[in-house]
Parts: sequence; structure tokens; C-alpha cells
Amino acid sequence: MAIDSALENKVTEWVGSVDDVKNLVSERAISGETMLLNLGPHHPSTHGVLRLLLELDGEEIVTCLPDVGFLHTGIEKTIESKSYEKGVTCTDRMDYLAPMSNNTAFCMAVEKLVGLDVPERAQVMRVICLELTRIQSHLVWLGTHAIDLGAMSVFLYCFREREKILDLFEMISGQRMMGSYMRPGGVWRDFPAEFVPGVETFLDEFPSRIDDYELLLTTNPLWLDRTQGIGVVEPDVALAWGFSGPTLRGSGVNWDIRKAMPYLGYENYNFDVPLGEHGDVYDRYLCRIREMRESIKIIRQALQRLPGAKGGFRSENRKFCPPPRAELGQSMEAVIHHFKLWTEGFAAPDQEVYVAIESPRGEIGCYLHGTGGNKPRRVHFKTPSFMHIQGIPLMSEGHMIADLVAVIGSVDIVLGDCDR
Amino acid sequence: MGVTQKLGDLGVVTTTLETAINWARTGATWPLLFGLACCAIEYMSTQGGRYDLARFGMELNRASPRQADLMIVAGRVTRKMAPVVRNLYDQMSNPKWVISMGDCASCGGVYNNYAVVQGVDEIIPVDVYVAGCPPRPEQLMHGILTLQEKIMGERIKEWA
Repeated sequence: MAIDSALENKVTEWVGSVDDVKNLVSERAISGETMLLNLGPHHPSTHGVLRLLLELDGEEIVTCLPDVGFLHTGIEKTIESKSYEKGVTCTDRMDYLAPMSNNTAFCMAVEKLVGLDVPERAQVMRVICLELTRIQSHLVWLGTHAIDLGAMSVFLYCFREREKILDLFEMISGQRMMGSYMRPGGVWRDFPAEFVPGVETFLDEFPSRIDDYELLLTTNPLWLDRTQGIGVVEPDVALAWGFSGPTLRGSGVNWDIRKAMPYLGYENYNFDVPLGEHGDVYDRYLCRIREMRESIKIIRQALQRLPGAKGGFRSENRKFCPPPRAELGQSMEAVIHHFKLWTEGFAAPDQEVYVAIESPRGEIGCYLHGTGGNKPRRVHFKTPSFMHIQGIPLMSEGHMIADLVAVIGSVDIVLGDCDR
Repeated sequence: MGVTQKLGDLGVVTTTLETAINWARTGATWPLLFGLACCAIEYMSTQGGRYDLARFGMELNRASPRQADLMIVAGRVTRKMAPVVRNLYDQMSNPKWVISMGDCASCGGVYNNYAVVQGVDEIIPVDVYVAGCPPRPEQLMHGILTLQEKIMGERIKEWA
């Protein structure tokens, strides 16, 4: 067994020598002038199982080497053994703070591959869910980022509001986090009657809650000291490293896929893209805070649009979307479709597609290659966290070790998203 | 108040050493601040205001395994992470307990593939399994209460 041998070798002590990292750290580390420190994979402020090998000169970081893969779950490979509709379930668990975004990226790739249209109403429903997801993801980010930098109470307030969004998700999908609510061709079910009033109540009270968070942090001198001028990334450097989302926009690059390559009718919504100026931890913080306010605007517009939106919550194309339960008792054709879809799924052509959407963390892209059969040949996700972890050395080298914690929080990494 | 009424003014209570120690252990089981994947987020929710894990004497997460009594394995254990998990468990001082939170930690969940350990019980002994993907905070709290029941039933002669 691979595990047994791994355990025998690695359980009690590190059996390697400094020669293993000779080419990765400076000469001074080999001679013992600087110190090598292993941060993680079990460390509360790395936001998951990230390991960083640090070379320290006193408290100053000379070299930072990220080591990823501690949460590699083989999700892409698992999806390749499942029919397209079943694959949606696996995508939830990649970026577990934004399950709906992953669902949507995957479903949109499937829809593009098989040429399936999504009704207007389903698109509006998706927008509402995606923006709620963005808010709840940013709330987890804000709570953990603040707790890392010593502002303990923010966490409790953020999770108070997040619970309300999770209640809404539970209402529509039956699950608090991993709802698998998005399906190829639309969403799983229509919104229940209580959902829209619930969202409206939430939207009414949430802006004042953001004010509360800002009151605690935005002008707090301690917070400013810890965040301003830390982890600065120039705009061209951010682009060169493939950053996206708030991490890129914090550097002042105006790139939001919702605006640049609109999907799900985002071109019809009126919202701003918050941009930073200095590209430091503080600007990335401000970007995300403002994004939550923009999300509120988008959800309000979507709620207005919802009653007039044409079509149902899911495509009527029975070759790809199962018939409602009520039809099964009346139509033989419905029974056949139901049986075919739930036993073998639908076939997709031997072609490749790539779809990218704006997740709370940045660009999440789904590459999908069909076989002509009911399972994909290759599924690959381009995930923002992977790009951003590459940027951690860039942002942290030359800073103090305590600032590294601020940098890790500010790029909002999720290791499930990075390792998959 | 109830206790005072039962005791009267005597100020004395008789019990066995076993019960007293077990009772003390149940009320202050400090968990290791340790999360792996999605379940860790639900674990954070359990710590949050609405579910308030502090009611069970569990609000004090210890970042160091040396100070922790309880390991909540929250999330999928991958083959790369397995030696680390085992190492953390070995570093915890006795008595120690393990809750396997969620399907992935309990049995591999949906990930029956090359990357995921099919249940954390392949590498460390587990006291309580909590089902769910991820389990709701209530389910985790039920798991914790089950563990407390289990601790109350421990026998002095079985302590190593």
C-alpha cells in the first residue's frame, strides 16, 4: 500500500536533508545563515491545507515556496467516469465556498457542448444564486481574513449573515452548501414561494451589515497598518501571473468576465466593477467589500426581472432534461426519456469547449471534451486559486512573516479550488 | 440550583473517581484547530454565533496538537495529506479522541479514486463517525454529544 510506505517514512520526522531544496533556496540557507521554516499544511491561517516553505532572515521572508496538492481529490478524473448530469455533484466540492459558480461553469460547458439553450427565467435564477454565492463566499473570506489579522469579532458577524444565505440555499436545493442546484439546461427546481421574499428581506438588512463590517475595519488604524502597502502587485505583473477576480482588480486592472464576456445576460444588468489603486492587501479588501454591494444591486435587478422572464426554470428539451414527475403517469414518451436520462444520460459530440465565468475568486473556466458518448473524455478546470497561490511568493518576499498571513488572506485562496 | 437542593447544606457529594474524571473530560474537550475541506467550513459555522459550540465546552480550538484532546477530521483525507494527519494524531497527548466528520473522512464519500484515502480510519482510530456531505452543524453537534456519552462510559481499568 502506498499509504503504509508513506507512513513508515514520514510519520515522525522529516527524513530529507537541506540538499533537497538546494536549488530552491539561497546559498545562505545552506550555510545556515538564514532559517528554513515549514508553514503548514496544518496551519490555521493558510486557509486550507497549503504548505509554504519559508526561508527567513530574522523575521523577513527571503524565499517563499508554496507546495500544493494536499487536497488533490481527483475530481476531474471522477467526473470523467460519470455522465454529464452526475458530474455536477462533483463540481460542488471543488471550490467549496462557491459551489454554485462551479456548477454553473460546468453546466454552461455542457450546454455549449451539446448546444442546449437555457430559458431566460433559468438564467435570471442562476444570476440570483451566483450573486448570493458571491456574497457568502466573500463573507467567509472577510471573517477568516480578519481573524487572521487579529480582528476576532468580525468572524462572528460575517457568519451570522452567511447563515441567512445558507438558509436560502437550503430552501431551494435542500442542502446548505453543496446544493448541486444548477443542472444542464437550467436549475433543479423552481424557487419555492418563500424564497423571493426571503431574499428581499436579506437584501434590505444586508447593506447596514456591510456598514458594520466597514466600521470595524475600513478606517481602523490597526487594520490599515496591517494591510496598506503590504503585498503590492503592479497591474502588468498581476496580468502576467494570470491573476483574475478581485485579486487582479485590486491592482486596478478592469477585467471582470461579467462585463468583458457577458454570460447569463449579465450585459443587461447595471452594476459597477470596483477597482483598487495600489494593488495592496487593503485595496483587495476594499474591492471585495464593494463587490458585495454591487452584488446586492444585481440581485435586486434580477428579482425585478424574474416575474417577466420567459420560459421555465429548465429547458424543455427532453433529450437533455428529464420530464417532470407528473408527466410520467400520462405519457409513455416521458417514461422513455426519464429512463434514458437516468440510466445512461445524454450523449455529447466529440468536440472540445471552454467556458469561463467570474466566480467570487476570479475566472473559473471549464474545459470539456466529449467523446460522442455519455461521458466526457477530459474535464479540466482552470481555477483562480491555483494562479493566486503562485503569486504568494511575489507578494510576500521581503515582508515580515506576519505580513505573509495578510497576503494569504487577501488573495482568498481555497485549496479545494486549487488542488481539485 | 438543582445541585444545591439535592446537596442540602452538606457541601459534600460522593461519586467515583471514574465518573468525576470522565465528567471533567466531557465538558472541556478542546478540539484541534484543523480543517481539510468543505466540512471545515461547516465546522466553522458550528463555531459561529447561531450554533455556538461553546455551549458544549468546545469553543477553545487549539492550533497545537500538543494541547488538543479531540481531532475533528473535517474533510477528505488525500494520500498526500494522510501522513500529515497521522503525524498530528501522534503528536496529540493522551487521552485523545477522533471524530470523523463527513462522508469523505468516514469512507471516502463519492471519491473512490486514486487520490483519496477511503476513510480516515485506515490511518487513525476513529471514535465517532458523522455522516453527511457536508454534515449540518446539528449533525456535528450530535456527533460531539455522542462522543461525550462515550467518554462518560470509559472505564478506569481500561485507561492505558
